[in-house]
Amino acid sequence: MKIRTGEQLLMLERELRMAHDHKPCVRVCGGTGCRARGSEDVLARFQELLERKELGGSIELKFTGCHGLCERGPLVSIAPSEIFYQSVEADDVAAIVEETLEHDRVIERLLASDPVTGTRVRREQELPFYRRQHRIVLRLNGVIDPTDIREYLAFGGYRALAKTLENLTPEEVIEIMERSGLRGRGGAGFPTGKKWRLARAAKGTTKYVVCNGDEGDPGAFMDRSLLEGNPHSVLEGMIIGAYAIGATRGIIYVREEYPLAVGTLQVALEQAREYGFLGKAIFGSPLSFDIEIVRGAGAFVAGEETALIAAVEGRVSEPRQRPPYPVERGVWGCPTVINNVETWANVPVIIERGPEWFASLGTATSKGTKIFSLVGKIRNTGLVEIPMGMTVRELVEEIGGGPPPSREIKAVQIGGPSGGCLPKDLFDLPIDYESLVEAGAMMGSGGLIVMDDRTCMVDVARYFMDFLRDESCGKCLPCREGTNRMYELLTRICEGRATESDLDLLEELAQVVKETSLCGLGQTASNPVLTTLRYFRPEYEAHVRERRCPAGVCKALIHYVIAADRCTGCLACVSPCPSQAITGQLKQPHVIDQSRCLKCGLCLEVCQFGAVEVV
Amino acid sequence: MQEIEAIIERYGAERRHAISILQDIQARFHYLPKDAVLHVAARLRIPLIDLYGLATFYNSFSLTPRGEHVIQVCLGTACHLKGGTRLVEALERELGIREGEVTLDGRFSFKAVRCLGACALAPLVVIDGRYQPKMTQRKLTQIVARLRRVREPAEAAR
Amino acid sequence: MTRLFINGMETEVPEGTSVLEAAQGLGVEIPTLCFHPGLSAYGACRLCVVEIGDLRSGPTRLVSACTYPVQEGLRVRTHSARLERARRMLIELLLSICPSSKRIQDLAAEYQVERVRFPVRDERCILCGLCVRMCAEQMMARAIGFAHRGYRRKVTTPFDLRSEVCRLCGGCLYVCPVCELRCQGPEAPDPVCGSCQAPTCLPAREGLPGAWGVTGNSSVQTKARRGR
Repeated sequence: MKIRTGEQLLMLERELRMAHDHKPCVRVCGGTGCRARGSEDVLARFQELLERKELGGSIELKFTGCHGLCERGPLVSIAPSEIFYQSVEADDVAAIVEETLEHDRVIERLLASDPVTGTRVRREQELPFYRRQHRIVLRLNGVIDPTDIREYLAFGGYRALAKTLENLTPEEVIEIMERSGLRGRGGAGFPTGKKWRLARAAKGTTKYVVCNGDEGDPGAFMDRSLLEGNPHSVLEGMIIGAYAIGATRGIIYVREEYPLAVGTLQVALEQAREYGFLGKAIFGSPLSFDIEIVRGAGAFVAGEETALIAAVEGRVSEPRQRPPYPVERGVWGCPTVINNVETWANVPVIIERGPEWFASLGTATSKGTKIFSLVGKIRNTGLVEIPMGMTVRELVEEIGGGPPPSREIKAVQIGGPSGGCLPKDLFDLPIDYESLVEAGAMMGSGGLIVMDDRTCMVDVARYFMDFLRDESCGKCLPCREGTNRMYELLTRICEGRATESDLDLLEELAQVVKETSLCGLGQTASNPVLTTLRYFRPEYEAHVRERRCPAGVCKALIHYVIAADRCTGCLACVSPCPSQAITGQLKQPHVIDQSRCLKCGLCLEVCQFGAVEVV
Repeated sequence: MQEIEAIIERYGAERRHAISILQDIQARFHYLPKDAVLHVAARLRIPLIDLYGLATFYNSFSLTPRGEHVIQVCLGTACHLKGGTRLVEALERELGIREGEVTLDGRFSFKAVRCLGACALAPLVVIDGRYQPKMTQRKLTQIVARLRRVREPAEAAR
Repeated sequence: MTRLFINGMETEVPEGTSVLEAAQGLGVEIPTLCFHPGLSAYGACRLCVVEIGDLRSGPTRLVSACTYPVQEGLRVRTHSARLERARRMLIELLLSICPSSKRIQDLAAEYQVERVRFPVRDERCILCGLCVRMCAEQMMARAIGFAHRGYRRKVTTPFDLRSEVCRLCGGCLYVCPVCELRCQGPEAPDPVCGSCQAPTCLPAREGLPGAWGVTGNSSVQTKARRGR
């Protein structure tokens, strides 16, 4: 059934709303994290019970996209009462149906607790994790079923597209984007309106809009959650963009590690075509446009614009120098706008609510909100959306809930392997493009990794260098050879075999790699090294001068010992030890033979009494 | 070879579909057989060296067969911080092979992968496609031991 | 015609000219390694980096002159302390890969690179890609190319086996900047090749007398390392 006018759309929206309003709804989170913990079983159990009790007609059941608080999954939320349950197992479902759905009673043990007072909270908004966020792009994640376009429509979906095609000229759309101040959410923060303007002005009859869903930064899953949880927001943005620049073809490039996202997108595309939002004469306008999905094949460098174009064209993801920029010569030599998933998802919201509203959020130079994946040594691991300008401290402490018990937060890594580490005394920095760059880091795509006192910053730099030398395309000398040599140097430091001059060499090399590399990967590859050297030099020096790893991580510099006063002699660690390095009798303190110890950490994992120490 | 043809037909014998075609072949056969690569190069009229370049550039492709059980250890940043490397070492000890290799009996292969985007589950290991959250060395060795004993892969991984 | 400034000197060149060509036209020498006038520019060695931009309006950035197209009003600096430092480090890296190459030794002498602070690997290929481009663009054979990625990248034939489309023209050997030995011609033990140790040496894979012997999938590079 094709929608041809904005009026038709509004009528349909009203119809759908009326059918759903007032009906209680159970929303089970179907994000990858919750699925891995059994939310599919939870859903199945709900289906079974609702059917058996013949409640299917009066209670809706939905499998939604990622709801954000991944640490506490599987998540179940109930509308309209707004009851929020966490860590729900299939065995809890019967109780939920009986108590909550049938008798309006809350199940205390499934509620989340306020981190400060410890009391249980009923509603999601009462948790600081959610209360402090400003969920605009993520507003429908956890609410709608991403595989049913009608849910997106019921919440006003595609209204922005109707408004664009019926009331605005392409020029006006671009102006709106410029006034909004939206900047690319993939990392570099290039002004979106400006990019569109350049593409519109470029010569060529065939133009492309591309969605960069490569999300290669380890620790980042914002784009994944958007594509899996609300794919239509991205599609709508792309169609509006196509109209603005005069594109006829769209491509969504998704990394192959996200098969669920690919599947959800395919369904979304089919449904969008069914309703006439893709195809010929969209909303009766001259715009004819369709989108195809191109799967990545496993290469971090493919996230770089020109490398992505190469992959789309069926070549190896080797970047090339720019100019010419993709807006002039992109896919198959045609003008192309490449924007990140989150950037596209912001477009419909800006069109609908207006650029001034959008520009009122955030800071003077960084408008709007940003989605972050908060991971690592933090209590509330998950996906959050915050206004630009919030401080790192607020994000980490209020929303993230601070460190795990008895640990202290030392630093955060923002921007993935291209970003940098910020020490805790810089936590009052506002999160915006400029402040982060000044501090030597980068906004990046939104991965934010929290590190505690048990994280060795030299090891972190080494980890990123290993990643980068592996992912480097290998074309240019400084990146290919430089990342490899930096990795070698960092390994020597971690193994206690380095000298003071190695630190100088590391810094010198890092500078040259940064300045002479051909593409963004190489140009930012030195950031983890340079920021850790800048802010955590004492850790490097301890490794070099004292052959000591202060965080107790670098294997060559630590020892595992059993504290005799805490060891109960239970023998639990003795047989699992892969090198039979532990000796001990029952009820006698055990001893680790250092000459046999592999430092695998298994004894630490196994010991119930905290008797294994790392020194 | 018929299957390869069918895959080529699905996309069209054009150079720009080379990656998608290889991906489907990889999914079907769990690796890229040399003959398949030769055939695709001929059909798509791509210089063989270019297709070989594609096959060796990208992580998703393997020119050697995988094991019966495929174990992927995520080494994304969160997983690394939570002990992912220890899990890799434990597997190397347990299986007697290095990361990226296949055991001699062809039963196991394991790979370190870079971030599957499920960081709340760190450290994450995916065994035969099933996500196993918050893995520990003990759990991992227990699962491997179980898989060794049982000949039915689908059952044992549960 | 496009007007630009190189080291403060004004020049006008046709649109589409590279900064390298424009500089050469002015008699300004910029070091190169992976560039060859008869082949497409690649921008891999980064030795030809130049500074572009106007210091008065912001920081300058480094780009490879061979691939950068001239732009109206572009300001370019081909020599500076910053560029000097960069080139010296790049040469140091090259020496650590390929110390016995005369070409690289000459560059080192020119830029006064006297020490190599990285463990020396002594390989025979710097991955400049000249041989690949020669084979593809001039000889139209496409027998060799790049395989793998990052620090594992190498130049080879499909599956490291003898290529069926190689015509043994020797173009790759001719254009290689680090290959020091040339075919001995009629004196060679074999009419095709005698003792050249370039990684694209095909007869080597056949185990012909006087050449390297390579079995299975191991590359000539690995063999070279093992032999040392």
